[in-house]
Amino acid sequence: MSLADIYDISGSAMRAQTVRMNTIASNLANANSASATEEGAFRALKPVFMSIYEKMDIDGGQSRERVSSAKVAVLDVIESNRPVDQRYEPGNPLANADGYVYYSNVNTMEEMADMMSASRSFQTNIEVMGRINSMKQSLLRLGQM
Amino acid sequence: MPMVMNLDNALGIHAHALQVRSARAEVLASNIANVDTPGYKAKDVDFKSLLQSIQSKSKLGMDQVRLEAMDIDSHTKYRIPMQASMDGNTAELGVEQAAFNSNAMDFQQSLTFLNNKIKGLKMAIQGRA
Repeated sequence: MSLADIYDISGSAMRAQTVRMNTIASNLANANSASATEEGAFRALKPVFMSIYEKMDIDGGQSRERVSSAKVAVLDVIESNRPVDQRYEPGNPLANADGYVYYSNVNTMEEMADMMSASRSFQTNIEVMGRINSMKQSLLRLGQM
Repeated sequence: MPMVMNLDNALGIHAHALQVRSARAEVLASNIANVDTPGYKAKDVDFKSLLQSIQSKSKLGMDQVRLEAMDIDSHTKYRIPMQASMDGNTAELGVEQAAFNSNAMDFQQSLTFLNNKIKGLKMAIQGRA
């Protein structure tokens, strides 16, 4: 419940956005990875974010969640359940008996848009931290003239 | 008037306003941090009622008037989104950024008022204009 806690909040968001950026990089890197089987094809990774509320003590030794302060955490990284891309490429060394090769289900356009969103959110949290820095600095100078 | 002046009284509303501003900064920073979290509901501090509650505490003559987490929680309300997203998130980056920046400016403003108060007290103590 102070300005110092904001570093934790913005920091948790930056950590979560970094995980998101990591999955986007993996997805884009593997967008054209081929596989001999449908199960072996690369599936796009998607992080799932959740809010973490701080606990506060209330009367009677109990505690409950504070609504006024929320950090971010990555709950899980799931695989996209969109069908993978099946292509007929009999000349491909990975092709199965029927001549099919399985490519990833990554949507490159979607990943690019996601990348912009992730980097923008990351930047915003850095700006929040910078602003808090200057607020704290002027608070330290209180009464010095 | 008592001979000994309470420093809390001398500084007036600005010391309290500063506490409310920094509490609000945390709430708004949480909103900004959670813009991509599904189901997150944006919140904001009801500035007026929180300031009133802290002032009534101070009028009761409590020695240390400080905001507890519970005070902030009970004066925090959900924001009504201009356009809610499909994933149930009501934090809109532009709105939150604007609120955070204006709150930061108001924080600086309260600090300036406080500094001027302190300057005035200092002059009075030293007995010069």
